[in-house]
Amino acid sequence: MSDGNGRLAVRKTYKLYIGGAFPRSESGRSYEVRSADGERFLANAALASRKDARDAVVAARKAFPGWSSATAYNRGQVLYRVAEMLEGRRSQFVHEVGAGEGLKRREAEAAVDAAVDRWVWYAGWSDKVHQVQGSSNPVAGPYFDFSVPEPTGVVALIAPHASSLLGLVSVVAPAIVTGNTAVVVASEAAPLPAITLAEVLATSDLPGGVVNLLTGRPAEIAPWLASHMDVNAIDLTGIGDAGLATELETAAAENLKRVVRPPTDAGDREPDWSTDPGVDRLRAFLETKTVWHPVGI
Amino acid sequence: MTVTIPAGFADVTASDDTLRRFLHGLPGVDQVGVEARAATLATRSIKTTAKAFALDLAIRMVDLTTLEGQDTPGKVRALCAKGRRPDATDPSCPSVAAICVYGDLVPAAVEALAGSNIHIAAVATAFPSGRAPLDVKLADTKAAVAAGADEIDMVIDRGAFLAGRYLDVYEEIVATKQATGDAHLKVILETGELATYDNVRRASWLAMLAGGDFIKTSTGKVSPAATLPVTLVMLEAARDFRSQMGRQVGVKAAGGIRVAKDAVRYLVVVNEVAGDDWLSPDWFRFGASSLLNDLLMQRRKLATGNYAGPDYFTLD
Amino acid sequence: MPTFDYAPAPESRSIVDIQPSYGLYVGGEMVDPIDGTRFKTVNPATEEVLSEVVAAGPQDVDRAIAAARAAYDRAWSRLSGRDRGKYLYRLARLVQERSRELAVLESIDNGKPIRESRDVDVPLVAAHFFYYAGWADKLDYAGFGPDPRPLGVAAQVIPWNFPLLMLAWKIAPALACGNTVVLKPAETTPLTALAFADICQQADLPPGVVNVITGAGVTGRTLVEHPGIDKVAFTGSTEVGRQIARSVAGTRKKVTLELGGKAANVVFDDAPLDQAVEGIVNGIFFNQGHVCCAGSRLLVQESVADELLAGLKRRLTTLRLGDPLDKNTDIGAINSAEQLDKIRMLSEVGETEGAERWSPPCELPERGFWFPPTVFTGVSQSHRIAREEIFGPVLSVLTFRTPGEAVDKANNTPYGLSAGVWTEKGSRILWMAQKLRAGVVWANTFNRFDPTSPFGGYKESGYGREGGRHGLGAYLDV
Repeated sequence: MSDGNGRLAVRKTYKLYIGGAFPRSESGRSYEVRSADGERFLANAALASRKDARDAVVAARKAFPGWSSATAYNRGQVLYRVAEMLEGRRSQFVHEVGAGEGLKRREAEAAVDAAVDRWVWYAGWSDKVHQVQGSSNPVAGPYFDFSVPEPTGVVALIAPHASSLLGLVSVVAPAIVTGNTAVVVASEAAPLPAITLAEVLATSDLPGGVVNLLTGRPAEIAPWLASHMDVNAIDLTGIGDAGLATELETAAAENLKRVVRPPTDAGDREPDWSTDPGVDRLRAFLETKTVWHPVGI
Repeated sequence: MTVTIPAGFADVTASDDTLRRFLHGLPGVDQVGVEARAATLATRSIKTTAKAFALDLAIRMVDLTTLEGQDTPGKVRALCAKGRRPDATDPSCPSVAAICVYGDLVPAAVEALAGSNIHIAAVATAFPSGRAPLDVKLADTKAAVAAGADEIDMVIDRGAFLAGRYLDVYEEIVATKQATGDAHLKVILETGELATYDNVRRASWLAMLAGGDFIKTSTGKVSPAATLPVTLVMLEAARDFRSQMGRQVGVKAAGGIRVAKDAVRYLVVVNEVAGDDWLSPDWFRFGASSLLNDLLMQRRKLATGNYAGPDYFTLD
Repeated sequence: MPTFDYAPAPESRSIVDIQPSYGLYVGGEMVDPIDGTRFKTVNPATEEVLSEVVAAGPQDVDRAIAAARAAYDRAWSRLSGRDRGKYLYRLARLVQERSRELAVLESIDNGKPIRESRDVDVPLVAAHFFYYAGWADKLDYAGFGPDPRPLGVAAQVIPWNFPLLMLAWKIAPALACGNTVVLKPAETTPLTALAFADICQQADLPPGVVNVITGAGVTGRTLVEHPGIDKVAFTGSTEVGRQIARSVAGTRKKVTLELGGKAANVVFDDAPLDQAVEGIVNGIFFNQGHVCCAGSRLLVQESVADELLAGLKRRLTTLRLGDPLDKNTDIGAINSAEQLDKIRMLSEVGETEGAERWSPPCELPERGFWFPPTVFTGVSQSHRIAREEIFGPVLSVLTFRTPGEAVDKANNTPYGLSAGVWTEKGSRILWMAQKLRAGVVWANTFNRFDPTSPFGGYKESGYGREGGRHGLGAYLDV
């Protein structure tokens, strides 16, 4: 950060976050991250390769049984702890979001505050989704019949390209709060808040592998995730190019992944992340299991 | 020694079908309920005099064990010396209940334990898998007894059990009991492979009906080995067997018990589930190796008031 | 002397700091009473006086309600759900941080074993606040229509059996929905509610959102009959519940009641017997039987009755009764001399009516209020001990022959709070659950509580539900 007072700063290294650890890309590559106006060099971020993506999926799969079978209360507690840690790092995030997105301080603060509050909002859903999305069903016969939502599995998330923290949080939190594990591809132009988020996750009792974070070029990485046969769902929100989005959705069809398409009015503009997200992103990565059992003496 | 089944129960072992109906007619075990009870018992706070009592009793209940392919007479001699005098600096420390080794190393143990009251337990019947013809398993048993073992730890045929061939399992135990002569027979159920608590209850009853002197949780070669809830179920079975059949059978928890705190928890379970009558080395054992030193460290801490370190206890 | 004698394992009292005297928590501050008097609260295990608290008078009640109304109008109803949620998260965290202190205090004031307050009560308190914190900003999704509104000021009167937990059950949903509250803890157990007042201050909760006024029945009555409240929430005896229901008639006050019970714990011949024994013990001896949903009637299938009772009696001999602060105690003190008298009286009635009485050998401490776990066999429906709530560690055992008979006997009571079913057969569990007229049915378990799981009764056990999404309904204008 600042060298302002004459003291030489200890600069941070931005690495990937896979399986709870922070490795560099196995390819050894990195790329330059500059401020939004292009004027300043911010950092070299890891340029993730297809092998990093492969390793991330392995880590996410390994973490899935434990995370999905944790109690909803436990997941809620962990996510709430993440919010506490986010709050603690507020000024670091404000700086990174401001620099990366070219926001004035006040705008950056609003974005970061909204991101923390968004995370808290999702944390509170963990033990309520079932009550809102599940049901017992009055079938016409002597059976007890109930439907429960269950997490899909390993979810690939292409994070929004502009909103580097609020948008990021808005796609990650709803996926994992219900028990899914995730491989996240951060915004190419503004990846730094994502890595700092990963540091927050690593210090919040979130088990390693529940969230895995890749920085680099979504256009390079996303196809490997879209075609990966051990990924259960893919969120294409961050893909601005309609042609690429179509290719990815086509590739995803191979193992019938659940697909969340990019917002239709996006293009280069992004949705307004500050509005009430609703429950669509929670539902997108839930399966519904319906169980029947006879009722009799 | 032969086993007499009380009148009215002889029909139970007449065939696979009758044995199955009997075993499947025993009360089921609710997994969540039994695990919750074990967890509550594990919250008992055993301090000061109670802790001292429990630690000494646990030491006296240890079957100090080595069951490795690389075992040698030298290793066995060292283990026996440790078993006789677990704490080199404290003669007030009791000795263990038994040394447990492979059958072919029994002679080394006999020599090393001459003059002591420590039992010599040998694993037999193609331990740990049990996958061998019956005559081979019986020969294994007889050889160990002939060499001087006064306790035999056999394994049941889990394959036969899971396939429902209960009578085969039963008859093998009966035959092994005959082959042990006057030696005590412990029957290893290998609970980790039986998977459900219902199976553990059924296998316990099967082993006791067939004449086992002890039922034992595990070989220690498969995970999970002994757990608190599994041992609880076996203690309930032994308790019920005695009240219905009039014969007391012991229980041994083996494998995975590494720290004194856990051993004390097992003693709490024995105390509150089976009762006073099982609180002695004649009726409850720990199959363990590294547990012993942790028991000694806790014992030393009670005596001196300081947390102990491993450098101050012999490896063997 | 048993072979394995557990040495005393006392939990230290040094963590709690009980003041010699407490005021009322009104408008964000501890204040002296206007027209209230003072009375003493004792430790039921030792009869030692713990502190002096206020029996709030009518003017004190006025002031508290005015403070709640002011807080509602000026502050709380203007806050977003998100911000209400943040306050509730703070309260939840503070409870977690002070959990040991609260558990020890609860055991000292109530008489329940420290193991229960530490492992059951206090964790559930925190969990309730966490759960409802998460609803505060999601009320649109709760199934009550768009933008459901709060009721206003809620008067909440809670019993002495789970003092802090009952406080959580009341305050958490009320605040989440946007109401402000005036809560009266029970006469004999005020201390954890007063500690909670301190927690509200540590959380910087806006003044007047939560008000705690101590007192006995008279204070409670003044509170619930006050014209300045919009909502009454009461947990306690059916008798008082009736009075309250009468008093709100013709007013606009909404009311929810959680009252008594005489739950049947039904054990079939194919039950997992050892776990059924645990469930029975848990059902009636947990918390000294001071549980509205206690399984106080054991209905056992006749064919398995002897075996079950033998197992039950054997199990009861391992229950440890004594100092609530000893970590190995299973059965603590009866909450008050008054309650002890009632339990003794009804037990004598049981004997007089011809049931057979049994208790395991049990040494009762010299001072304090104690009653040994007691089992009555040979009980039938017409006995008083099968019909009246004893609210103590007394189990009445009846038999049945068929599932139909079990259900009929279980339902044959004006109460309908809870029931237990023990059988390995799934279809029978579901059939029984369908037929039982009880708000909570526990199958192959008993006395399980969770903030997500709605709790409440049928018939004279009250109406309304606490916990879960359903629990929001009590505090919304819907």
